[in-house]
Amino acid sequence: MASAAIPANQTPKTNYLTNGYGLKSWLLTTDHKRIAVLYLISVTVFFFLGGFFAMLIRLELLTPQGDLMQADSYNKVFTMHGMIMVFFFLIPVVPAVLGNFLVPIMIGAKDLAFPRINLLSWYLYIIAGTLFLHCMLIGGVDTGWTFYTPYSTVGSNTNVVEAGLAVFIAGFSSIFTGLNFIVTIHRMRAPGLTWDRLPLFIWANYATSIIMVLGTPVVAITIVLVAVERLFHLGIFDPKLGGDPLLFQHLFWFYSHPAVYIMILPSMGVVSELITCFSRKRIFGYKFIALSSVAIAVLGFLVWAHHMFVAGISLYAAMIFSFLTFFIGVPSAIKVFNWTATLYRGSISYATPMLYAFGFIGLFTIGGLTGLFLATLGIDVHVTDTYFVVAHFHYVMVGGVLMGYLGGMHFWWPKISGRMYPEGWAKLSALLVFVGFNLTFFPQFILGYVGMPRRYWQYPDEFQVLNVLSTAGSSVLAVGYLLPMIYFLWSLRYGPIAEANPWNAAGLEWQTTSPPPTFNFDETPVVTWEAYNYDEIAPKELEAPVGR
Amino acid sequence: MSEHATSSRKFYVGIGMSLLVLTSVTVFAAFVNLGPFNPVVALLIATIKATLVVLFFMHVKGASEKLTAAVLVSGFFFLAILLSLALADYLTRAWR
Repeated sequence: MASAAIPANQTPKTNYLTNGYGLKSWLLTTDHKRIAVLYLISVTVFFFLGGFFAMLIRLELLTPQGDLMQADSYNKVFTMHGMIMVFFFLIPVVPAVLGNFLVPIMIGAKDLAFPRINLLSWYLYIIAGTLFLHCMLIGGVDTGWTFYTPYSTVGSNTNVVEAGLAVFIAGFSSIFTGLNFIVTIHRMRAPGLTWDRLPLFIWANYATSIIMVLGTPVVAITIVLVAVERLFHLGIFDPKLGGDPLLFQHLFWFYSHPAVYIMILPSMGVVSELITCFSRKRIFGYKFIALSSVAIAVLGFLVWAHHMFVAGISLYAAMIFSFLTFFIGVPSAIKVFNWTATLYRGSISYATPMLYAFGFIGLFTIGGLTGLFLATLGIDVHVTDTYFVVAHFHYVMVGGVLMGYLGGMHFWWPKISGRMYPEGWAKLSALLVFVGFNLTFFPQFILGYVGMPRRYWQYPDEFQVLNVLSTAGSSVLAVGYLLPMIYFLWSLRYGPIAEANPWNAAGLEWQTTSPPPTFNFDETPVVTWEAYNYDEIAPKELEAPVGR
Repeated sequence: MSEHATSSRKFYVGIGMSLLVLTSVTVFAAFVNLGPFNPVVALLIATIKATLVVLFFMHVKGASEKLTAAVLVSGFFFLAILLSLALADYLTRAWR
């Protein structure tokens, strides 16, 4: 395909990508869009690093014997995979990349409220990531991503303190992003953009920010306590020193369960945008979806001890947490039902972002419903620490979060880069991701149910067929993830030039040029319409999105 | 430098000194055996220090912004959730 030309009717002018070219113009930028691009590059590096460790895990589990690595190495590999994916990819990915890029534009602002703090947030992320990479190179850590005590304080002879410090610093990066979003959304909305006109992606990021600001300090101080006990032998979690290991689990999961919602809520916001655009309909139950995000953020803090049902908490507490966990299913279900109701009698088109949205709904529903299995005390006792749990949270975190992220990346790529991606390759990639994902993780539900424990490097022969299926699926999944990186990079040079609004979508971000100018809008927009007013926007053929 | 800025600086240095004094009191109290009141005294001093930080260094005292109040109330609300639900476990353990 020939390189596309700039259309005659689009005035060439400076946009955020052409406003300065040197390295300094990027590393000292306070433009939220450039910081989003910096985050995009950084999280992509960590995603493929975490993916490399995932492939090592799957390769080891291809055969029942421990033939690729021994137990110690395997412990480190799954720990590295978990820590990188959770703290350096899943938590920042949607808020820091898509949120950073879109939140100010979607509310008609020129930037976030604290642009320098935004840049500081990226630098903290890079410092934390570098520290973690150093920790990895000098031998890694083997505690699992959960840092469980007393193993992390008295048992492990790996680099627990350095890994903990990296997570601690990454946490502050996250707090800064959340703080910035809360203040920006409260104070910098365009005239007329009332709370009930906000895009649902904004609501989702707002709810996420609440969790980031209120929850992250708890895990940060918990990790400090681990380091203090490990280094100075102060009795906090170690029973021999008068501590309580379950106290660690309470504090850790108080943040780390809501952290799942830090990951999934922004992706839910993305899906709301996609479903309406590609159904050409107003969203069904706007207020319910908006408030269900806030409900998830609040209720998410009430359920943490379902991770501890077999750890020794009292039966009374277990019953309370089991009961409360069922409640979190309600706002999640509200979203799924409202998305499907939006589809009803919609003018649906199957562009790539919509394929990912469909994938999200299906996979998240399976992930969410199996979460209710685990909320049930009797079933949880049976499948705790088995591959059932591994499959469940991968359906939510990978099937949910990554599907939403990739859908969003395809949807807003024309806005971010000013270029269209190749639709055929993108659809193939979406198909590979969906098939590869299910082939990888569905067998793990069965493996867990029949008793294969997680975190073991070898297993009895009867589990091999399902493990081979899972490893084969992970290869397909890897190709599905590599393809977008290749064609996004390709499109930067060869993709057709994108229009300002290639999807004919509602939302302020589509009213500015692609890519946007440094301060987003030439004039501050005044909003006089409801969100998702697709009934007022002329229909347009969406099946084959084109640039100009 | 204006008189206001000077007095403001003196005030914040004073708050900082108070925090250091209270830290010294914490260390001193750690060497005095107060029996069951050891954690009570330590937590009391820590609470006073946290209050000073929240009111003055975080500028909550005198803030007219509703968002500040909302953030403050939310913080304590979530702390209450953490303590009450964790205690729902600790206080009802049969094997305690």
